[in-house]
Amino acid sequence: MQNKKELQKEQILRMSGVNPRKCMRCGKCSGTCPSYDEMEYHPHQFVYMVETGDLEPLMNSDSLYKCLSCFACVDRCPRNVEPAKLIEALRLTVIREKGKNHLKSDDIPALLDDEMPQQAIVSAMRKYSK
Amino acid sequence: MQRIGVFVCHCGTNIAGTVDVKAVAEALKFEPGVVVSTDYQYMCSQAGQEMIKEAIIENKLTGIVVCSCSPRMHEATFRKTAAAAGLNPYMVEIANIREQCSWVHKDIPTGTEKAIILGKAAIAKVNLNAPLTPGESPVTKRALVIGGGIAGIQTALDIADAGFPVDIVETKPTIGGKMAQLDKTFPTLDCAACILTPKMVDVATNDKIRIFSYSEVSEVNGFVGNFDVTIKRRARYVKEDICTGCGLCTEKCPQKKVPNEFNLNMDNRRAIYIPFAQAVPKVATIDPESCTMLKTGKCGVCSKVCTVGAIDYNAKDEFITEKYGAIVVATGFNPISMDKFDEYAYSQSKDVITSLELERLMNAAGPTGGTLLRPSDGEHPHTIVFVQCVGSRCDSCAEKGKEYCSKICCMYTAKHAMLIRDKYPDTDVYVFYIDVRTPGKNFDEFYRRAVEEYGVHYIKGMVGKVSPEGGKLKVRASDLIDGKQLNIDADLVVLAAAIEPDKSARPLATMLTASMDTNDFFTEAHPKLRPVESPTAGVYLSGTCQGPKDIPETVSQAGAAASMVIALLCKDKLTGNPCVAHSDEMMCNGCSTCEKVCPYGAITYIDKEFRMPDRTTKVRRVAQVNEAVCQGCGACTVACMSGAMDLKGFTNKQIFAEVDAICK
Amino acid sequence: MKVNYFPGCTLRTKAKDLDFYARECAKILGIELVELPDWQCCGGVFVTSSDEIASKLSCARALVASRDDNRALVSVCSACHNVIKQTNHAIKNDAKFADAVNRYLAQDEEHSDPYFGETEVLHYLELLRDKVGFDKIREAVKNPLTGKKIAAYYGCLLLRPGKVMAFDDVENPQIMEDFIRALGAEPVIYPARNECCGGYIALEDAASAKKKSDTVSHSAANHGADMIVTACPLCKYNLTKNESPLPVVYFTELLALALGVKENDDAE
Repeated sequence: MQNKKELQKEQILRMSGVNPRKCMRCGKCSGTCPSYDEMEYHPHQFVYMVETGDLEPLMNSDSLYKCLSCFACVDRCPRNVEPAKLIEALRLTVIREKGKNHLKSDDIPALLDDEMPQQAIVSAMRKYSK
Repeated sequence: MQRIGVFVCHCGTNIAGTVDVKAVAEALKFEPGVVVSTDYQYMCSQAGQEMIKEAIIENKLTGIVVCSCSPRMHEATFRKTAAAAGLNPYMVEIANIREQCSWVHKDIPTGTEKAIILGKAAIAKVNLNAPLTPGESPVTKRALVIGGGIAGIQTALDIADAGFPVDIVETKPTIGGKMAQLDKTFPTLDCAACILTPKMVDVATNDKIRIFSYSEVSEVNGFVGNFDVTIKRRARYVKEDICTGCGLCTEKCPQKKVPNEFNLNMDNRRAIYIPFAQAVPKVATIDPESCTMLKTGKCGVCSKVCTVGAIDYNAKDEFITEKYGAIVVATGFNPISMDKFDEYAYSQSKDVITSLELERLMNAAGPTGGTLLRPSDGEHPHTIVFVQCVGSRCDSCAEKGKEYCSKICCMYTAKHAMLIRDKYPDTDVYVFYIDVRTPGKNFDEFYRRAVEEYGVHYIKGMVGKVSPEGGKLKVRASDLIDGKQLNIDADLVVLAAAIEPDKSARPLATMLTASMDTNDFFTEAHPKLRPVESPTAGVYLSGTCQGPKDIPETVSQAGAAASMVIALLCKDKLTGNPCVAHSDEMMCNGCSTCEKVCPYGAITYIDKEFRMPDRTTKVRRVAQVNEAVCQGCGACTVACMSGAMDLKGFTNKQIFAEVDAICK
Repeated sequence: MKVNYFPGCTLRTKAKDLDFYARECAKILGIELVELPDWQCCGGVFVTSSDEIASKLSCARALVASRDDNRALVSVCSACHNVIKQTNHAIKNDAKFADAVNRYLAQDEEHSDPYFGETEVLHYLELLRDKVGFDKIREAVKNPLTGKKIAAYYGCLLLRPGKVMAFDDVENPQIMEDFIRALGAEPVIYPARNECCGGYIALEDAASAKKKSDTVSHSAANHGADMIVTACPLCKYNLTKNESPLPVVYFTELLALALGVKENDDAE
């Protein structure tokens, strides 16, 4: 079990290209995150918990889908840690598993309105589904 | 044939841990010229040195090789040992089997093999070594201090106190530096001006000290003990020896809208100005960029009101050249630009300021007379947010800010927060920090007082964004301990901007051939054991030009630099380095290449008469090396196309012998 | 000047104005926008994981085609530009990724030489600034938007990640403000101009998107703007849908108005 966890962490670091050890725990990512209030785990916690290997709670959390990929945390991080990329790697790890899509195409029609641009739909599908 | 002794050091386990030292000693025994080869636990110890001495005398050695640590560490030690045994010190070679071998290899066979090769190379070189005798040079008993802040002031005062003349070169119209701009100083809260200005007066009245203000160093030649320095004295359009500093001109000048850099452009000065009341020298200066008279020839008010006739619109920059024995660099620091951190809205709101600007806003001599008012509307701020580490501790890949900790910000922010709470108890003060770093005497106690007695809110977490909205500064930040995102409506935001070396430092380092790190801080000769010397002989470091420092540390370092200078100036003669370039005149074709590449100006060309084989004479142009100026860098020897230039102690033959020994 | 043009899916449907006026204005400014014959949707977002290959191939194909045409690749939509630019950056800087992409592309029926990020990727605004020049635009303006106070809304996609997009200063951008000035109007600087509108989260969490959009539109309004200008259909949707107190228009519409391509219907 321990081994699987280690492997998963390694894979997440490889996918994201993020080195969480660079983090100096200043919390600027969370300070600047526009989705902070909607999140159970905040950007700085993603970085810390990946470093300590505590992936389970993150992968089960809805916080994965609250990140807007706005990259404010990436550009404002003084240590170049790039938390958004880490969150993306975790999200991908979850939705790449069979049956774990967060958004199913059948759900989409009910979510649409007349003005909603295609861009929103393809983006959400890219982010939430495989 | 030389008689060579080889001495292999264990350096405890530093070397012996990865190098089989006995095998090395054994293997080197059979190298050409070697008559004795042995090992010992600590060669640099008293016993080790005695062993070398005895071996030299007993075996009538003509040269020795010590296989040990870097020559930077102990070459001088073993040269002294050799000299004590009657051997010319330049017959000593060091094979570095520690830094370049045992420390970088992990297994014994590799380490041992490499150590043997390095030993062989050193032996090959010693076989070609010749005794060298260093020359002597006199010492000019005068010091130059570049920079007139607290570091330069203290260094100059201490050197002058020992009886040596000192010149201070300062680019600004007055000495005093950053400390003159500060309000109070931590951790005792004495007023900066109250403790600094008496020292400035001491400088002004000390007959050993000359101040060249509004001046800069434009050229440095020579070497330790014998520097020739050209100082550019910028035209200040006011005769320094006549001006009484009455200040009448600075009141009558009609050009009133010049940003006042002393108050960080938060108010205006005139085109003719004295930076502040206690300026030294207390002399007016005309800023040619803003003076109507200098720009258009129409005005002349200052000249009319000056009762002593000190104004001189025709003044020109002057250059003076002076000789110095030692040079102290004290060029100081500046806060970095906040351009790349506009998430804090520095460019968008006047109420986002840097800590140095806050110093001026709290200073009785500042633009608000010491009352803390918001720059935008002159109102009293009720909520103030301090942001720590802006531009400090940044990863280099972030491409903004500095990698280092600026060191002084934690303490001055605690000071600001405390002073504000003391003077304006109705103000809420928040300090957003990553870590609070307070290593210094009475420093942590000071910070705790800010928290416990003055009720400053310290919040762990970096501010994410500052948004000017509706007359307030909306500060969004995370409270990492509470796990909350905070939104604070602040009236004033103060950024603890990282500090960086003054921009003048880099060109100065080039002039001095003094080394710098990637951050443009001057490098010390040894980070622990020679912290106030530059690796360039005769150049010393004082204050923040070497790294971020607070005032107590700066003053200590200034004193230390002064003592090094005094120790140098006390000497009548300096022993030079005999490993200097030498030109074989018969081979020199007079091409001038060496002259062009020499960074020290040590090579000149002369026309010399030569007697030819057919008994005629011929005048030829040949290179000549000034051995006192040559630093032995070897640039000329590689540039010389005819092979005439050679470096004593590192001749081409010696180098080739080393390479051959390694490649064999 | 000829450049390749990647309109993107939204510009064919919900954001026709963004596309139409971009084309019309280009004609006046002497730029020939050559629409890539068989462009495919960019995917809307760039998936940052380096092992995500297939979703980036559509952009890679557009980039290869432009390299082969020896023309810059221009898009108007912020999202398309972001995805194309990030893809190009990844190909240029990540050899492993480039190799994988090239192996995929080699499977295409008609395939070209391996691609290593040679194409110049430009947003239409960059085209205006760097290739046409705002001075020339100022000269071409027929109906200056004098007196209009316009809030430029960059959002995230044009600017970030800053090192990849290299579009402008991420915290204090100037390009849209300069553009607004060139059209004779007055730019309004407000702090939320580079904050996120909520983006695609609008699809499943409208409340979250509303919060972000409100921050942006109210910030612009509080700073005295008359309208908000954007390059992104999703930004426009989010702001408009969430009842922005200010009208939201595409920058190409603004350009068209000033150049006299579009009639002022006084709706704004």
